[in-house]
This record gives sequence, C-alpha cells and structure tokens, in this order.
Amino acid sequence: MHDYLLAATIPDAITFVVAAAICVVGALGVVLSKNPVHSALMLIMTLFGVAVLFVEENAQFLAAVQVIVYAGAIVVLFLFVIMLLGVDRQEAINADPLGHQRLWALLLGALTLAEVLLLAKGNWATGAHSTSGSLDQNSRTNVYVLGKSVFTTYLLAFEITSALLVIAIIGAVVLARRTRSRIGSAGGGDLTPPFDDGQGPDDDTDTAGGEAPETALPEPDLVLSEGRLVTAGESAARPPSGSLGRPAAAAFGGDTSAPAPRPPSGASGAPNAPKQEAHR
Amino acid sequence: MSVNASWYLTLAAVLFTIGAVGLLVRRNVLVMFMCVELMLNAANLTFVTFARTLNDIGGQSEVFFVLVVAAAEVVVGLGIIVAIFRRRVGATADDIHNLKG
Repeated sequence: MHDYLLAATIPDAITFVVAAAICVVGALGVVLSKNPVHSALMLIMTLFGVAVLFVEENAQFLAAVQVIVYAGAIVVLFLFVIMLLGVDRQEAINADPLGHQRLWALLLGALTLAEVLLLAKGNWATGAHSTSGSLDQNSRTNVYVLGKSVFTTYLLAFEITSALLVIAIIGAVVLARRTRSRIGSAGGGDLTPPFDDGQGPDDDTDTAGGEAPETALPEPDLVLSEGRLVTAGESAARPPSGSLGRPAAAAFGGDTSAPAPRPPSGASGAPNAPKQEAHR
Repeated sequence: MSVNASWYLTLAAVLFTIGAVGLLVRRNVLVMFMCVELMLNAANLTFVTFARTLNDIGGQSEVFFVLVVAAAEVVVGLGIIVAIFRRRVGATADDIHNLKG
C-alpha cells in the first residue's frame, strides 16, 4: 500500500510519514498554543521536521543550515524577545474588530489549500529544465554543487545579500537602542501625540529638563563609574577608611598599591562625594 | 527511491495553509511572526522538492537566499516589535492602530 501510495521504498516512506507528522503537529502547535513560548518550541519541532525532509531530498547543506540558522538563531531570537517583553501578557483572543475574521480566515485557508493541492496534483511545471546546473554533476557532493551555484551563477545576489545583512544589523541596532536623548526628542516631537496615553507630558518634561543634563552626562558618568569602582575596592580592602580624596587619581593610579598612605589625608570630607554622585 | 514529489508539495501546502490561517487568526504579534516563518518554510520545502524533481540546483540556491532574507526579516521585525512594545502594555496586534484614520 505504501509502495503504491508514496511510490517509494519502505524506509523512505516511513521517514517521510514521520517527518511530515512532526511538521504538521508542530505547525498546529504553533497556531494553537496559548503560550508564546510553547509556540516557539513547536516551531523548532516543525523546523526539525523540515530539515529531515531536506535530508530526504538530498539537500544536506540546506538541512544543516536550517537547523543552525532557524532552530539555532531565529527561534532563540524569538524566545529572547518573548522573555524581554514578558510572557504573561494576555492575548485578547476574543477581540474581533473586523467582524467574523476567524470564519473568513478558515474559509480562505480552505480555499488556499484546495487551490495548492489542485496545483500539486498535476504536472504543470513544463518548459526547459536545469538552467543552473544539475543536482549531481559528476557525482559531486551537494555542498560542492550548491556552493558552485551560489558563488558563480548567483554571485551578484550573494553579494547583495551581504549588503542586506548589514542593513538589517544597523536597522536592528537603531530600532532597539534606548538612548534617552534620542527617544526623548523623537518621542516628544513626533510620536507623543499618537502614543499619548497619559505619559506624554512626563516625556515632554523629561526631555525639556533632560536636554541640559544630557549634554553633561558623559563627564559625571565617567566619574561615577570610577568612583563606584574605587569605593568598592577600597571598602573591600579596608572598611574603616573607605575614602578617596581624588576619585580620578585613585582610579587611574593606585588601586592596589597607592592607597596605603592616602586614607588618613582624605578620610574626613571626601567619602561622601562619590556617593552623592551615585545617588544623583 | 524517495517519496513522490506530490506528497512533498501536499505537505508544503498544508504547512503553508496552517501558517496563513494562524497569521489571520492569532492576535499575538510574535505568534503571527512565527506563522510567517511557517509559510516561509513551506515555500522552502516546495523549492527543494522542485529542485529534486527538475534536477536543478537553482532551487536549493533559492532556499539559501530565502534563509538569509528570513533571518534579516526576523531581526528587523523583532526590533520593531520591541520598539513598539516599549510604549505599549498589551501584546495584541489590534492595539497598534495609530495610523488608522
């Protein structure tokens, strides 16, 4: 029966059936899970199933890349963002602003499935074949053939891909960076009216007052970090003294050797200075 | 001998449909993003199947580029999601309607 249905040998048929079941169960799990973390894990399951099918179709390199890039990088990125945003956010599952959206979605899904299955049934891919090299050129390995294709036939696309990756990296950094001045100016100027949910005035005052300290921020920040570093070292070394007369000098000069003669001189007034910096 | 190509295409169609329906049904932006990944994987499976059927390495090269573009897309999309949800409390896509006239 399997031989007739799938037109394959028994191990291949078993592999296909198991991998297909894994794929479909994982895909259903992605859609039906309430918890986004479960969705991400189910997505990994589907991706592994697809990787098995890639191996079954003699695309070994793509199977490896599928596991490494998708399951190793993309899903981890998903999980990272889920954890960053918080797992416990409630999804408004009953919201239906468009009206019968789920019914239409299922209808559209059934239509798509019927259409694609109809297309998959017939042998409609006609015309000239094999314009970019066959799969096994003189029984070379898959990696050889694919690499030769990517680095000769699709060389321009490959180079443009590198530019795309650089653009994506820069875009992600720009989007995800939290600079106070930039968020304040952009949010106060452009984004506050649409996003105004009681936080707009706070942002405005924050930026209005925050503009002046913003320019002066790097200098105290440097002193603050140095002061903290030195206080921590001093208190660990010698609890009663805990002082630093000149934070910069202590940070640069003697973290370990110099403090011995210094504490009696600056122990009186100085120790509060870096703490005030830290509290401010 | 491997399984007939029609079965791979059928499985890809099923995966694509599940992803499309999930994209339309779910409200969580992250899960919608995962459904987009499902659809991309279904397309990749189709590419590899046709590469085998037509004995053409171009299909596998295409999958390679789809993988790269999917990675870039996920990075930028998740960056946008993080940027939006810094100012929002809910995880529902319908709350993001600031551009609605």
